[in-house]
Amino acid sequence: MAKSEAGIGGLKYDAGRRAWPNELNILLALVIIVAAFEILGRLLLGESFLLNTREGVPGLFNEQRLQIIILQVSIVGIIAIGVTQVIISGGIDLSSGSIVGATAMIAMSFAQVALVNGNPNPKAIFMAEGLVDLPVIVPVLVGIGCGLIAGLINGSLIAYTRIPPFIATLGMMVAARGLARWWSKGNPISSPTESYAAIGQGMNPVFIFVALAILFQLILTYTKYGKHCYAIGSNEEAARITGIKVEHHKVLVYVIAGVLASVAAIVLSSKNLTAQAGMGVMYELDAIAMAVIGGISLAGGRGSIIGTVLGALIFGVIISGFTFLKLDAYYQEMVKGAIIVGAVVLDQWRQRRRSMRA
Amino acid sequence: MSDIILKTEGLTKHYGGVQALEGANFELRKGEHVAIMGDNGAGKSTFVRQITGVEIPSRGKIIFLGKEVNFQSPLEAREAGIEAVFQNLALADDLDVPSNLFLGREKIRFNLGPFSILDHKGMREATRKALEKTAVKIPNLNSTIRHMSGGQRQCVAIARTATFPSKLIIMDEPTAALGVAETAQVENIIRTIKQNGEPLILISHNMRQVFDLVDRIVVFRRGRIAANLKKSETGGEEVVAYITGAKIDPSLSDAA
Repeated sequence: MAKSEAGIGGLKYDAGRRAWPNELNILLALVIIVAAFEILGRLLLGESFLLNTREGVPGLFNEQRLQIIILQVSIVGIIAIGVTQVIISGGIDLSSGSIVGATAMIAMSFAQVALVNGNPNPKAIFMAEGLVDLPVIVPVLVGIGCGLIAGLINGSLIAYTRIPPFIATLGMMVAARGLARWWSKGNPISSPTESYAAIGQGMNPVFIFVALAILFQLILTYTKYGKHCYAIGSNEEAARITGIKVEHHKVLVYVIAGVLASVAAIVLSSKNLTAQAGMGVMYELDAIAMAVIGGISLAGGRGSIIGTVLGALIFGVIISGFTFLKLDAYYQEMVKGAIIVGAVVLDQWRQRRRSMRA
Repeated sequence: MSDIILKTEGLTKHYGGVQALEGANFELRKGEHVAIMGDNGAGKSTFVRQITGVEIPSRGKIIFLGKEVNFQSPLEAREAGIEAVFQNLALADDLDVPSNLFLGREKIRFNLGPFSILDHKGMREATRKALEKTAVKIPNLNSTIRHMSGGQRQCVAIARTATFPSKLIIMDEPTAALGVAETAQVENIIRTIKQNGEPLILISHNMRQVFDLVDRIVVFRRGRIAANLKKSETGGEEVVAYITGAKIDPSLSDAA
């Protein structure tokens, strides 16, 4: 079908031969990986990976496994949403895992109960100050504040001192981890109030992840903020010349990334009912990997949240698949590494082929 | 107020020890079209970068519409009414045509600060109108401009200056990458600008084009203004002589 109203100057545009969106390729990859586990499962174990084979249980799919797949990636997925918009605007954020650690410690210490089994909570950090049994909004706001400050520091360093994002966020990665360890001298913080513990229970992390993913997909597609992310990632000099306030925008990008990391920290500490200084180690790399598998170009300017969500699902399917096949966790890591590199190679190859055709 | 649109006094730019521009005194009057010519590295683009706020001059004054200005950024120059088509075009490769045309001043449907909702449809319509004047052929406005030809990209950049109201338009080699038909079209746009009485500074190496389009020719050589010639009083040979340094205007060259 030739459709001429899409173009200008009388050239016919063939909508049928339009380049097919990258997200479809990633979806295809996801389906192939699921199918591979399905076949391997039947051959090696005589079990189905995703389909429901149990007698007397309704439903087409193995719902339990589906839930686990989504649940285990949703917390890192929240971080990956923030990381995606950072990468699209031409940056990188290595600090999100450490922000998770620091935020979890600080937020949790404002979420502790006063009494444990009728006795005063011996582990309450702020018992002496009377900051126990606080309403849930307090630890949540404190946590989000932590992410906001960390993002503000990242963004200001990158925008105004022109330090490469890699270095600025590497510094934050080390410093925030130090803060997490110093906060309670390395001790875990636990005994949250019931309302705080409720945040991360059941499938709540998934709902929060999906809601944030939809919100940011809309923001990136339909708002000025989103347009400027792509513009700056695509050609920062052009963005500056045409009058986009590049510095302001960068600060905002890293603030949002920091806030999303702190949301992940709140959900994670609530789900685990405890906060530890080592929480979130390597999360930044998992989040970047999800984005890269989802087709976000590390050069900036290209990608979408839908891609990252699909990348997160591929991640989840691989982890569940290896557990399902009863393979060691060691293999998981190795395959994860190979898939990250493979995704980038594939993306580069596609780009080259497309520019040769044009 | 006089009818002088733009005036520079002793405009100078050093990059470290390199003097890219030295003591440029330049004047542009209402409705006037001026060409800037000169060899590569003569200081033409440097001069334009100072007026458009892309760079900040080392010394000298810029007077725009009777007021001294100190542009700290291209945005300030733009807000003051100076529109420019740069040599490197300043386009974002991963964005589509309407997004590039409205880069930095997007149409808004719903104002929410940085999260304002974009008016995609309005921008696409305006883009279509702006591009129809250029006779460029673009099969699909919604595809990214990464793989478009030099001519298509140039027309997008020129349509951008022509779309927004301005008090001065500057074009840095607008036809360098274009084919014959597209060049003619860009020249037609410049004639339209002339008819509308809008002033223009055109950097070009194309002698035929310069003599076709402008009123006055300013020649740059080694960072200085070497000649200031009325088109009616000069010819191609004289201009070339000034460009190559075979002829020197004693009133403009310093004793050193």
